[in-house]
Amino acid sequence: MTQRKTFSWLFWLRTLTAWGVTFLLFFPLGWLVLTAFKTELQAISVPPLVFFTPTLENFEIVQERSDYMLYATNSLITSVASTILGLMLAFPAAYAMAFFKGKYTKDILMWMLSTKMMPAVGALVPVYVMAQTSGLLDTRTGLVIVFTLSNLPIMVWMLYSYLKEIPAEILEASRMDGAGLWQEFRYVLLPLTMGGLASTGLLTLVLSWNEAFWSLNLSAAKAGTLATLIASYSSPEGLFWAKLSAASFMAIAPIVVFGWFSQKQLVQGLTFGAVK
Amino acid sequence: MNRFIPRALMAPAVISLFLWMIVPLVMTIYFSLIRYNLMQPDQTGFIGLENFEYFMTDPSFGTAVMNTLLLLGSVILITVVLGTLIALLIDDPFPGRGLVRILLISPFFVMPTVNALLWKHMMMNPIYGVLAQVWIFFGGTPVDWLTDHPLFSVIVIVSWQWLPFATLIFITSLQSMNREQLEASRMDGANYLQQLRYLYLPHLARSVAIVVMIEMIFLLSVFAEIYTTTGGGPGDASTNVAFLIFKQALLNFDAGVASAGALFAVVLANIAAVFLIRMVGKNLDK
Repeated sequence: MTQRKTFSWLFWLRTLTAWGVTFLLFFPLGWLVLTAFKTELQAISVPPLVFFTPTLENFEIVQERSDYMLYATNSLITSVASTILGLMLAFPAAYAMAFFKGKYTKDILMWMLSTKMMPAVGALVPVYVMAQTSGLLDTRTGLVIVFTLSNLPIMVWMLYSYLKEIPAEILEASRMDGAGLWQEFRYVLLPLTMGGLASTGLLTLVLSWNEAFWSLNLSAAKAGTLATLIASYSSPEGLFWAKLSAASFMAIAPIVVFGWFSQKQLVQGLTFGAVK
Repeated sequence: MNRFIPRALMAPAVISLFLWMIVPLVMTIYFSLIRYNLMQPDQTGFIGLENFEYFMTDPSFGTAVMNTLLLLGSVILITVVLGTLIALLIDDPFPGRGLVRILLISPFFVMPTVNALLWKHMMMNPIYGVLAQVWIFFGGTPVDWLTDHPLFSVIVIVSWQWLPFATLIFITSLQSMNREQLEASRMDGANYLQQLRYLYLPHLARSVAIVVMIEMIFLLSVFAEIYTTTGGGPGDASTNVAFLIFKQALLNFDAGVASAGALFAVVLANIAAVFLIRMVGKNLDK
């Protein structure tokens, strides 16, 4: 009986600690959301306000001042396009590596990963010069190309780790039955790898949406993504926390909600399938 | 099937990645050997290793390398240790576990610029920031985090963003623990600490390796968090190698020196890569 009691005491302690830790870690984000609905004066009140009458004026001002929709459209287009393009490049490569393993397959995979290790800033000057000479500076096309290439190694890796789990016999059987390469892909491979494709796509979407280095350096008023919009609010001209929060809220809400719904898929992909 | 088709399938990805790597690399090598300042276009010519000498003897250089390693090491340490503790804490069901999980992972989806601004202003501002208010509430003197402890602040900000990632992977890994084994160990009288030592931690080893690997890839080149908060300063106190190169290229307009720095960063990255490949290579064979 006493043992039962200590158990429940520990159980509640554990629950409370878990909630306490969660509160602390989520607090900054929650505070951002609260601030987005405050007036500027309330946003910097001392002591900080927790209860107040919410206002929507910040959202209107942000939209008026900096054309949120333009930046949001840029973010959406660049991340979706680079995800699709990346999958189209990565899937065939991963397929070939998984089912036609050659002497150099492993080396190629490692080499791909090592390109990802290089800091993007190492390529900044050449890429900037190339973008400028080819007229791709501050265009969505330019960003799509750069996003695709910088995510490609991870995409190949993730898809490879999915594909290599598929027994080659299944594919051989379909070939015996006279399926061509396209039919094999469409009716055998695609249904089997939907999960892998989905989680790879989801991750790339999140990475591209949040990408800051290339978008800060290669885009401005025309092709700027939400990341650049937010960075433009960092200028020290006065304290506009409520507007900053409103703009941030609008920039992260779509991808955070998206992340909540796809977290299970994401984590499988992110670990190269190594954590089950 | 002949050997041609797999090669043709691999070609687009391999060739585009190869170009993505080799063209900037060759250009960088070229730029690093010439005089190339965007503000002085008339001064050109081959200058050998002068740019390298300039970059490496720059007093900021040593600081930047140290800061890069400190940032990388601290964030990995913080996220792995806290991530493990949190994952263990919420491994067993309790009221509201689903909600806790969702709230905990949220910061990972927040873009670095938002993350950085949120901390810079609303958390760490020495007058109106929440932390300052908490300090005052407990009778302390508010700290000007970004000025007095710039690197520490950046570490906190980056850790906050990556902790959810580590936690999420550890939670997933813990769910595949062998429950019967745990039960058996309890029957045999093992206490929680013993279970931790002999069952939980060994089980987590592989996911720790993965977390370290992925974080290394992304943390070697932390940029946006520094750009939006401290701007590398004060002085060079929070400048890492990536940011130092950026400063040379776009603030001093010295593409030559920046390129020399970039090549150094590539070398640094490759040292890390060799280290990693050994680690991942083992996983790949399984």
